[in-house]
Amino acid sequence: MCDTAKPVALLDAERLQSLLPHAVISIDVSAGDVRVMVRREGIVEVVRLLHDDPEFNYTFFCECLGVDYLDVHTGASIQGKAHRYEVVYNLCSLVDPATGALRYRRLFLKVPVPASDPEVPSVTSVFGGAGFPEREVYDLLGIRFSGHPDLRRILMSDDWSGHPLRKDYPLGGERVQFPGGTTGPSVGESVVQHAGESFTGRTGSVLGDVE
Amino acid sequence: MATNPAIDPASRTLVGMASAGAQGITLDPIDETTMVVNMGPQHPSTHGVLRLVMELDGETIVRCTPHIGYVHTGIEKTGEYQTYMKAVTITDRMDYLSAHINNLAYTLAVEKLLGIEIPPRAQALRVMLSEIQRIASHLVWLATHALDIGAMTAYFYAFRDREKLLDLTEMMSGVRLMPSWIVPGGLRGDAPDGWFERCAAVVNELPMRFREYETLLDQNPIWRERTQGVGCITVDECLNLGVSGPTLRGSGLAYDVRKVAPYSGFERYDFHVPVGTFGDVYDRYRVRLAEMRQSREILKQAIEAMPDGPVRVEDRKVSPPPRPELDTSMEALIHHFKLWTEGIRPPAGEAYVPVESPKGEIGFYLVSDGSNKPWRMHERPPSFMNLQALPGLCQGRLIADVVAIIGSIDIVLGEIDR
Repeated sequence: MCDTAKPVALLDAERLQSLLPHAVISIDVSAGDVRVMVRREGIVEVVRLLHDDPEFNYTFFCECLGVDYLDVHTGASIQGKAHRYEVVYNLCSLVDPATGALRYRRLFLKVPVPASDPEVPSVTSVFGGAGFPEREVYDLLGIRFSGHPDLRRILMSDDWSGHPLRKDYPLGGERVQFPGGTTGPSVGESVVQHAGESFTGRTGSVLGDVE
Repeated sequence: MATNPAIDPASRTLVGMASAGAQGITLDPIDETTMVVNMGPQHPSTHGVLRLVMELDGETIVRCTPHIGYVHTGIEKTGEYQTYMKAVTITDRMDYLSAHINNLAYTLAVEKLLGIEIPPRAQALRVMLSEIQRIASHLVWLATHALDIGAMTAYFYAFRDREKLLDLTEMMSGVRLMPSWIVPGGLRGDAPDGWFERCAAVVNELPMRFREYETLLDQNPIWRERTQGVGCITVDECLNLGVSGPTLRGSGLAYDVRKVAPYSGFERYDFHVPVGTFGDVYDRYRVRLAEMRQSREILKQAIEAMPDGPVRVEDRKVSPPPRPELDTSMEALIHHFKLWTEGIRPPAGEAYVPVESPKGEIGFYLVSDGSNKPWRMHERPPSFMNLQALPGLCQGRLIADVVAIIGSIDIVLGEIDR
């Protein structure tokens, strides 16, 4: 499945590792995608170098997202990971700095984040485009971004409690929150389940604690 | 917990329709001559439920803050509970104006996890469906954008022609807007009899229609006055903010995923990537109109060179066996049963495939743990990223320009809020 030709972005990743060996943990290539594991202390330094260095020229901030690897049944992370969350940055280099022509390189940076201290330095000082996606990761997964100028919830309402994309947050069965601090009955309380229907899933339990 | 704005008079300092406190907006004006005005979430020109809080100095916008999340339905969370095949149907509902392209972006990510190659006919039909969808989406943009600025006629023309394109989708899949026709492994079914003939008729008619829109708007002095030099953005600003699609190309960078990272065989079609120069509302309008012409070129080539063959992979772990086989083959019956009870099981891993949607680069970041449901299904929403450009585009402009600027970046709130 893996391409035989070496992806161009891999050369960039290797150069990045040689320039900042203390920040890069490992490089992984699968199906042509290059993913670089980066220590969270070094993420701003790495992103700044990729953005500013004329040879890298990774100036397109495609997006960033968070992944929760918690297996609620065992309490540990899946795939033997030592950390619970990962924040993934998706950067592209679209302009050849020498000629100004269009080119295409894509690099994924992955930052492991422990459950005990879910905080990552914000890259908004380099990429203004990180403003919304970092707010979304904070809102839905509860990972804080230190140094973000406006770290508020973005999709859920401001007085929501809990972070819905966490694996220990149930899909259904939680009490409905209304503005002003009141709650209403959950789906499980107000609707009789049909045979075979369930509000439980792989990630949560009926009427599980919201936070 | 925030106090209820309805019972807390101190928080009701906002001019406009909605009360202030609920979303915790800071309302300290920059100085005492400015005024804070609320626009939306229910406003005809916000193309959905977008709320803008604007601080005005006279009619000039000093600060503009978008507030989103009013139609957040937790689609990414829901995706973690669906099998890979079922999750296709919720991708339609993100950007509901370009459902085929959302299906395609999701499907390509699943296929990358599976490591499968789909048959040429399915690839060519995917190209046709996504270009039909691109023209249809651009027509909605043109209609609403022109309507916002006050050009009523273009609205009716564009919606009339969009209906013909939706008819093609309906003829193939049975529905107009939420087809879920592109699925992992190929397409749900082949094109029905007469579909290509009808396609060709629409394709032949389109250039005349494009000329009609241009006659209405291109040289229209009011249209030019309202759009030229309004809402300018540079390539560097676009890249830094993650802005892609026609908004980026309107500023002059020819970044089109179909060209730089072709998928579904787009490298086999001959088409250009139109770019603008000034990055203003007018250039974005010109780029989208030119793009519709290019999509029409692709459609024409695809009809002419349509290969024969199946539209689904033969791999029985991915696509179900044809119905007649179930009567004679035990293996077919088992495969059928396993597919519809358990579904597809891609190996553990991660995949992201960029796709060019009418709004910009769309892609699904899928994380698989080896089970039959995605561990994480994240969409890169082009509208969400493009919306970040709005505060900068509005700053220093008149309040009347806001509707022109919102229209020109072409956002769909279903995709922003998910």
